[in-house]
Amino acid sequence: MSMDRREFLKTTAAVAAASAAGLSIPQDAEAAAKESQEGWQWDKAVCRFCGTGCGIMVAVKDDKIVAVKGDPESPVNRGINCIKGYFNAKIMYGADRLTQPLLRMNDKGEFDKNGKFRPVSWKRAFDEMEKQFKKYYNELGPTGVAVFGSGQYTIQEGYAAVKLVKGGWRSNNIDPNARHCMASAVVGFYQTFGIDEPAGCYDDIEITDTVITWGANMAEMHPILWSRVSDAKLNNPDKYYVVNLSTYRNRCSNLADMEIIFRPNTDLAIMNYIAREIIKRNAVNWDFVKKHTIFATGHADIGYGMRNPNNPNVTEKEKDTVVKQVVKKVTDEEAVALSPIGKWKAGDEMEMKHAAGKKPFWHWEISFEDFKKGVEPYTLDYVAKVAKGDPDESLDSFKRKLQKLADLYCDPNRKVVSFWTMGFNQHVRGSWVNEQIYMIHLLLGKQSLPGSGAFSLTGQPSACGTAREVGTFAHRLPADMLVANPKHRKITEKLWKLPEGTLNPKVGSHFLKIMRDIEDGKIKWAWVHVNNPWQNTANANHWVKAARTMDNFIVVNEAYPGISARVADLILPVAMIYEKWGAYGNAERRTQHWRQQVTPPGQAMPDIWTMMEFSKRFKLKEVWKEHKLPDGTVLPNVLDKAKEMGYDPEMTLFDVLYNRPEYHKNFPWPDPIAKNPQTGKMHKNTEAAGDGREIMGEDGKPFKGYGFFVHKALWEEYRKFGLGHAHDLADFDTYHKVRGLRWPVVNGKETKWRFNVEYDPYARKFAKPGEKFAFYGPLLKTIKRGNLQGPIASKGKINLKNKAKIFWRPFMVHPEDPKYDTKGYNLWLCTGRVLEHWHSGTMTMRVPELYRAMPEALCYMNPKDAKALGLKRFDLVVIESRRGKVKARVETRGRNKPPRGLVFVPWFDEKVLINKVCLDATCPLSKETDYKKAAVKIYKA
Amino acid sequence: MDNKRRSFLTSMVQASAAAVAAGSIVGGFVEENKDKPLTLRPPGALKEEDFLKTCIRCGLCVEACKNRDNKVIIDGKEIVTLFLAAPGDKKPIGTPYFIPRTGPCFMCDDIPCMYACPTGALTPDMCKNEKGEVAIDYAKMGVAVIDPSSCIAFWGLQCTACYRACPEMDKAIKIEWKKNERTGKHAYRIPVVYEDACTGCGMCENACVTEIAAIKIFPREVFLGKAGDRYVKGWDEKDQQRVRKASTQTTTKTGRSRKSAIENLNEGIKWDQ
Repeated sequence: MSMDRREFLKTTAAVAAASAAGLSIPQDAEAAAKESQEGWQWDKAVCRFCGTGCGIMVAVKDDKIVAVKGDPESPVNRGINCIKGYFNAKIMYGADRLTQPLLRMNDKGEFDKNGKFRPVSWKRAFDEMEKQFKKYYNELGPTGVAVFGSGQYTIQEGYAAVKLVKGGWRSNNIDPNARHCMASAVVGFYQTFGIDEPAGCYDDIEITDTVITWGANMAEMHPILWSRVSDAKLNNPDKYYVVNLSTYRNRCSNLADMEIIFRPNTDLAIMNYIAREIIKRNAVNWDFVKKHTIFATGHADIGYGMRNPNNPNVTEKEKDTVVKQVVKKVTDEEAVALSPIGKWKAGDEMEMKHAAGKKPFWHWEISFEDFKKGVEPYTLDYVAKVAKGDPDESLDSFKRKLQKLADLYCDPNRKVVSFWTMGFNQHVRGSWVNEQIYMIHLLLGKQSLPGSGAFSLTGQPSACGTAREVGTFAHRLPADMLVANPKHRKITEKLWKLPEGTLNPKVGSHFLKIMRDIEDGKIKWAWVHVNNPWQNTANANHWVKAARTMDNFIVVNEAYPGISARVADLILPVAMIYEKWGAYGNAERRTQHWRQQVTPPGQAMPDIWTMMEFSKRFKLKEVWKEHKLPDGTVLPNVLDKAKEMGYDPEMTLFDVLYNRPEYHKNFPWPDPIAKNPQTGKMHKNTEAAGDGREIMGEDGKPFKGYGFFVHKALWEEYRKFGLGHAHDLADFDTYHKVRGLRWPVVNGKETKWRFNVEYDPYARKFAKPGEKFAFYGPLLKTIKRGNLQGPIASKGKINLKNKAKIFWRPFMVHPEDPKYDTKGYNLWLCTGRVLEHWHSGTMTMRVPELYRAMPEALCYMNPKDAKALGLKRFDLVVIESRRGKVKARVETRGRNKPPRGLVFVPWFDEKVLINKVCLDATCPLSKETDYKKAAVKIYKA
Repeated sequence: MDNKRRSFLTSMVQASAAAVAAGSIVGGFVEENKDKPLTLRPPGALKEEDFLKTCIRCGLCVEACKNRDNKVIIDGKEIVTLFLAAPGDKKPIGTPYFIPRTGPCFMCDDIPCMYACPTGALTPDMCKNEKGEVAIDYAKMGVAVIDPSSCIAFWGLQCTACYRACPEMDKAIKIEWKKNERTGKHAYRIPVVYEDACTGCGMCENACVTEIAAIKIFPREVFLGKAGDRYVKGWDEKDQQRVRKASTQTTTKTGRSRKSAIENLNEGIKWDQ
């Protein structure tokens, strides 16, 4: 219960008076009064975990979080939480919390890659970090260093990191774990709409009457949203229809009216079947399609985002699969799927001619007739045959389901929301399958309408808010701007007050490529923020070995000793969520802020502080000089221009990026927004004013704060990027008074459905008079024209202002499909999460109740497969791929029920490091790894 | 007899001897040999009264549980299911039992503990379905009981940990939906135990995330009621199975019918003068 100061006083007085008079008092009031008397201070915050973005209230006593409650005023969750949210109060207090900087050292106190971790001062930590950074930066230039960022950064942290890496070091090697999570969704948005993030919002759940989940186990991963789906189903059980599409049975199926188990990668074929049905049944919404869309396609021979098979680090065993990056044999089923292109027959070698650079992105306009030709081979018979995922289901049953699915989409009296998460995004054709879901919704005109639309759900709490909106990617800048675009760089340099030409125009290394570059010796210094790369990256044996044995230096900001901390050379102990000011943005574009509630433990400090302190170690002359990049690009010396702007070469990056005079002037600390609404006490701000601990900073002197409101200053600067560009965010103080707002926030009003003139002010601005929609995203809006075979130069180019694209994309087999395996890797491996644990388990495995509920990752298997392999339940087995093996115990009765031929292993457990087994193939467009598909063999340990 | 087994028996004997020798424990020993109704037994156990008469305290079931090859070891610590009651356990000494919160039954398909029993105190007869098929799924070690006041699903939170841990998922524990009128849009998803499918393995109690488990295993006879067999649910075709053994001895007796009808009638009738 949140009370303002006056209510608090009234309640206390009432209790006192009532007790004196011997009266009984209402229980609620008594409870509230007791809380206050016990010295609990409540304040608004947001859940630490998934992309749903539930509001919570946290209670603080004696500088500790003592309790949480769901925030009844939050429109997302109205006071309830899931099992992880229930434990927000416990995640920061694991007994093995990291509280001091740790450096690998020898007995002489020198850094030693093979030394043991020993505690050091912050100053010693930054000294070594600087020494190592400069050694490798001077050797390799800006491309030789990298930062692993996060979709769990606060917005301000992400912004501070991008500024330092791109503006300061002139490197674009910053990429978030969100690359593993929703990069395919981003490409889908860019390619289709020219602007990132979902058009709809969670209100769609209540408004629609048809929910179709494609590779989204919402019951387990987005429980609060699933409870909304469940409620909507209860309200209208006869009409409201839920379909669960997955490659194995998960717990969404127990609410669903229909479950479709399909063979991995064949979602591409199912989509084309539906498109074909839409056309065949005359269900195309021609008014919508003609006014607001065009048809398009791209190349099919784009590889699978794997390394060049000739790379010396690719092992012999791996080559079987990796060689398909260059050439693959077209299978019979692919020959049908690719037949509209007319280039490949069954048995042909398909050379991956469009796998490199930007080629996978190339696309061009085609005619509707071409599109129709494209989907023609995807008949019910063909698709049912390739896509049926459960060998124990009859073909007829599967066909009936596909027809029913098409019925649901095509029914003009139905609204439809399609949800997806990692099943689509973590996919060797993740961007295509994202495009395809829009293909269906756009053909039907069921997009950007209340209750109708394709809705990409987000995994991480701020994958949208930070990773995407701030642009902590190798190719991005804030507000959907791109490093490769000179205009965008110019805007950014202006807002960051950098000399023109400072920003590096070359796209940096994406997350997986940073790992590959470390192994290839191209990156030798890496810094990890708010994530666990050596647990979360596929084909982990390579990356762990490279980090531990090669000439490089790995710094890991961490709260707990996870896999990445163990890999590190230097560990910096950092503050966790409620130990700092911050903001997250959820999957429905809702931005939510919170105040610092408590002091970090020991010597732990906020991530922003580590960036700001480290930035003091760089003089402008060291970073803003001329750099020659490995590809020959020259980054000019901008020191002269800097001088004109009043920057002396002896000044530091701290002075230019963070310690700006206007920050001090405009955002002083203390600030009244820091007053707790209940008690009126000021919240702490470690970065602004220290927190009383007087931690010794990088200079070895007690840290007493930077003297200004760092988070507010960064926020207000950041939001300038989006204002007027359809990314409008409200001012800092507003977010502390509301339960989040869905951007664009224009004139104080949030936007529920984008691109729809009724709801979106930008759609109103851009739409032609009388039109209902404007897909106004500005990116990729001038394209070539051609046919299914390729672009045709003579046809020229077309501008698609305000239009969306309907893509045709063919089905192709996954490069490691066990159906075609000749070496005994005869089972599909699919990985994912479980309800009880968040990501790599560093936090949730420290909560005793969650640890007890799910102490280890199990290998979920079909009982018939287990029997055939001679395995009993809980037998320890080896799960082996071409890349590595792990041991886990078999579960045949578990929550996930795979069909024969597939096993599921969650990745939260560092002791079952399943990413050693996973294939590091990615979508060639999004560079997002396909964690859902790899071929394995399983035998008793 | 392997070495482990021998040393195990030795320690058992020592424990018993110690119990007898130490006067202060003797009382406890006697006490502990009485039926403790909350003790959970391995699969296939006879009714508690018969079980105690038949079990010879040999410990073979516990050994079998301990020596199975698909053991569960978490972070180096083995999760032990069956224990042999020792002095101080407040259970009849030497009898097998388990504590679901810390060591649930993992429901081995081959039920090694049951088949190890030399006396029939654990017997396949108590672990079979109506067709006479024996499987661990038909064990009746206990039944899961939910305390709705502490179960966070009843608060509206989205938990389902017990449901997900249940090896008889969607049979022994089902999720039922109920409108949450307070939020207006988030259904309650509430676990409901179906005793007919619940084996009492305790995976749910083990997984429950509340401080003290809100779902607990009780011996079936302690918790379960029994509806009468003269009424069949008209909306449930299977319910007739429940009363299939209903006897044709349909005579009822109450205080009113204590006397025979004639005896009753001949008492005559009185009236106010």
